[in-house]
Amino acid sequence: MIFLQLLIGFLQVGLFSFGGAYAAIPLIRSVVLSYGWLDDEMLTYMIAVSESTPGSIMVNLATYVGSSQAGLPGALIATAAVVLPAFVVIWLVMVLLKKLLKNPYAQAVLRGLKPCITGIVLETGVFMILQNCMGGVRQGSPDWVSLAVTAVLAAIYFGSRRIRGKGISPIALIGIAALAGVAVYGI
Amino acid sequence: MPILLDLFLTFFRIGLFTFGGGYAMISLIDDTCVERKRWITRDEMMDITVIAESTPGPIAINCATFVGYKQKGLPGAAAATVGVVVPSFLVILLISTFLDRFLEITWIAHAFQGIKLAVGILILDAALKMIRHTEKKPLPLAIMGCAAVGMLLIDLLALRVSSIALMLAAAVVSLSVFLCRQLRGKGAGKP
Repeated sequence: MIFLQLLIGFLQVGLFSFGGAYAAIPLIRSVVLSYGWLDDEMLTYMIAVSESTPGSIMVNLATYVGSSQAGLPGALIATAAVVLPAFVVIWLVMVLLKKLLKNPYAQAVLRGLKPCITGIVLETGVFMILQNCMGGVRQGSPDWVSLAVTAVLAAIYFGSRRIRGKGISPIALIGIAALAGVAVYGI
Repeated sequence: MPILLDLFLTFFRIGLFTFGGGYAMISLIDDTCVERKRWITRDEMMDITVIAESTPGPIAINCATFVGYKQKGLPGAAAATVGVVVPSFLVILLISTFLDRFLEITWIAHAFQGIKLAVGILILDAALKMIRHTEKKPLPLAIMGCAAVGMLLIDLLALRVSSIALMLAAAVVSLSVFLCRQLRGKGAGKP
């Protein structure tokens, strides 16, 4: 029964994927491959598509697999299944949060987690910019075009704050970057 | 505008313009929910980021549920979560139905190459905001440095270690330091 399989498979993905989509890719791979929903090549392609389309990578993958296996109902079930655990967990956290966060031991744990996640996010941003501008980090030959576009985008984004309080919004930056991509790489 | 509709539309917009996963979304949610709508404070944004990272599921969903619940309880959480999911659901449904070779359409591939550059900047921006909000004391700064370097090694060497291991280590270190200080405090007869 495909609907039940989709439900169970993506509940698993939603429930055991900690730390964002990239950390969860091995788990997603094992679930999707074990049910035989996608082969390895198709999965790699779909991860690339999920990265280039808006929204959470996990949700995108769930929608795609569901739709490819069982049409619209399949897409709905798989998407709901991948979202539900996160929703319920956060709801429970919110209900229990007020008491939990006042606990001194929980606060000590949080005090450690905050700088740790800050470091992880910092590394993710820096590494991504490096990868974008070096044509893959290991190759080591800079991609001058991407480097120049990144510099201009950063100057616009961070510079606009100097001129006008809040600066341009992240959405505006994405719009500008998409146009720049079409203009620069299209030539 | 009724708050439920506002939550739905706001998170619809966030879902529509988030590329490249949860970290890039931190900048968008910060910009919308902290600076423009003032639904949450920057402190709470920091808490959401930590909670989203430490709980299962997509970070986008965790954040939407958190902000929605804070505004209007369970219905608010549902409105925000559905809002953030719908754009990607529709886009993928369209692609899987009509576009077999989505990434081979050249102008889309080029636009995405540009967007990827912006996503790197947005994630860096999220990190800078978090750094500005970090206590400038030795322990948090050391944890932050170790986490960044550790993550860099994981990425460069393509190790099969998840960021969860780093987070567990940070939690253990922070808790141990807290317990040690408490014990020493008691030993010296302090409250």
